[in-house]
Amino acid sequence: MSEEILTTQDLHLYYGDKEALKGINLDFTEKGITALIGPSGCGKSTYLRTLNRMNDLIPNVTITGTIKFKDQDLYSPSADTVQIRKEIGMVFQQPNPFPFSIYDNVIYGLRIAGEKDKEKLDAVVEKSLRQAAVWDEVKDHLHESALALSGGQQQRVCIARVLAVSPEIILLDEPTSALDPVSSSQIEATLLNLRHDYTIIIVTHNLQQASRIADRTAFFMNGELVEVDQTKNIFMNPAKKQTEDYISGRFG
Amino acid sequence: MNSKTQNKMAIGALYGIAGFVVLILLALLGYILISGTPQLSWHFLTAPAKAFLKGGGVGVQLFNSFYLLFLAMLISFPIALGAAIYLYEYAKNNWLTTTIRTAIEILSSLPSVVVGLFGFLFFVVKLRLGFSILSGAFALTFFNLPLLTRSIEDSLRTISETQREGGLALGLSRWETVTKVILPAAVPSILTGVILSAGRVFGEAAALIYTAGQSAPALNFMDWNPFNISSPLNPMRPAETLAVHIWKINSEGIMPDAKAISSGSSAVLVLAILIFNFAARYLGKRLYKRLTSA
Ligand SMILES: Nc1ncnc2c1ncn2[C@@H]1O[C@H](COP(=O)(O)OP(=O)(O)OP(=O)(O)O)[C@@H](O)[C@H]1O
Ligand SMILES: [Mg+2]
Repeated sequence: MSEEILTTQDLHLYYGDKEALKGINLDFTEKGITALIGPSGCGKSTYLRTLNRMNDLIPNVTITGTIKFKDQDLYSPSADTVQIRKEIGMVFQQPNPFPFSIYDNVIYGLRIAGEKDKEKLDAVVEKSLRQAAVWDEVKDHLHESALALSGGQQQRVCIARVLAVSPEIILLDEPTSALDPVSSSQIEATLLNLRHDYTIIIVTHNLQQASRIADRTAFFMNGELVEVDQTKNIFMNPAKKQTEDYISGRFG
Repeated sequence: MNSKTQNKMAIGALYGIAGFVVLILLALLGYILISGTPQLSWHFLTAPAKAFLKGGGVGVQLFNSFYLLFLAMLISFPIALGAAIYLYEYAKNNWLTTTIRTAIEILSSLPSVVVGLFGFLFFVVKLRLGFSILSGAFALTFFNLPLLTRSIEDSLRTISETQREGGLALGLSRWETVTKVILPAAVPSILTGVILSAGRVFGEAAALIYTAGQSAPALNFMDWNPFNISSPLNPMRPAETLAVHIWKINSEGIMPDAKAISSGSSAVLVLAILIFNFAARYLGKRLYKRLTSA
């Protein structure tokens, strides 16, 4: 078992006075894929967004508890959100490429960080697009608009865009739910490729998807973490009744 | 009456109303262009105006209109851009922003003649800028600022929230996200807004009568030193614009060909504004295409 890279302790989150996360304790070890599953509105996205402080953008959010990324307290007053988000990247439900060329999309983070060396940028573009398994499809029109791509290709370009700033952790919030089955399975293949090099946390509504790609699965309900275990245990042999009910499709 | 016939009647009525509006517009445009275009000639567009004799042109007024527009935009665009970015991208909803928004709202509904009189009292008299291009440009800024701010804010609003999240999640700061992701994406729509507001400013008369003045001293187009009084670039000279010229000829013009000059000027004004509008559409679309496709 490798080092713990990210730990959450007694994490509560309130939207106004509504408690959306009710004391989550969940740790992630380095590398591999963890899936977060649970019924709609149980707080999966909310939890995921606390991990790179995207919830800071929403007014009236109160967060208590601790999240540590390699011993660094993410919510300490001295924490640098910009740096945190470089190390903990995020891919969203709707593919959101910028309205620029594919090339510019991928290197945007680096270019703004001041990288000018053309050869280096070219290399990063190729490497990231290859890692995101979309290189072959786009290599001949890197300088065309990313918006002209299919939804699935856009999503993989967005993954490449995150990879290009070399994060350690990648958060994905239902990255395939807006895509067709073929594109979805390409994204899954992409993630399986990446699991050796990155710590991946993915929210999904698709239980088959979780069982196909995740090493570990965490089941959330009503703002609480019900149980977390190796994926095969969760699906074959859950410890909690609620998990079993959810897995077998009795609710949610 | 069943819902189908109701639907048909409603659609019919709406078509009727829309058609009526288009008809009025066409009639107005047709009248102005038909009576005005015969007056247009190179001489008319470039010659200075004559007070008592026939055969004057609108060259100076035309130049004044563009120069004033340019100065007004130069002053108002940066302020409007800053205000819009602050209001839409940074400001939280609190009493301060509510106050600013209300102020903008009120400012945008002030009649332009009130803006003009304010400009007269404040810039012309109080700040002793006199009847000058500068006074006019400041008055136009007041007139233009609220509309431009609103239009830029609307442009920012059309950029989806997912783009902002995408930028931030990539480790860009808020400022970098705004300047490097949101603004470039909003450029086509901002540009369209700027050109459209330029059209409005170009045709404005009431705010200028008492600020930029109603006289158009002859200009020496060979002299580009802004400190010389006859230089076109001198911002301290009085400068009657095309729209003010039309108003003036019609109220007190004594040249024998006043009617013709007024028709010709109106046609020039309308054509300029039409060109602004079509340019706005064309450029906005072109830019958007260039940014979003191959
Ligand atoms: N910005 C917000 N303001 C107030 N309440 C919110 C906000 N976002 C989410 N919530 C509430 O917090 C709870 C958790 O929402 P969250 O989006 O995390 O659920 P989820 O598990 O991701 O659901 P889904 O599977 O539908 O995406 C819900 O009850 C939701 O209504
Ligand atoms: Mg969600």
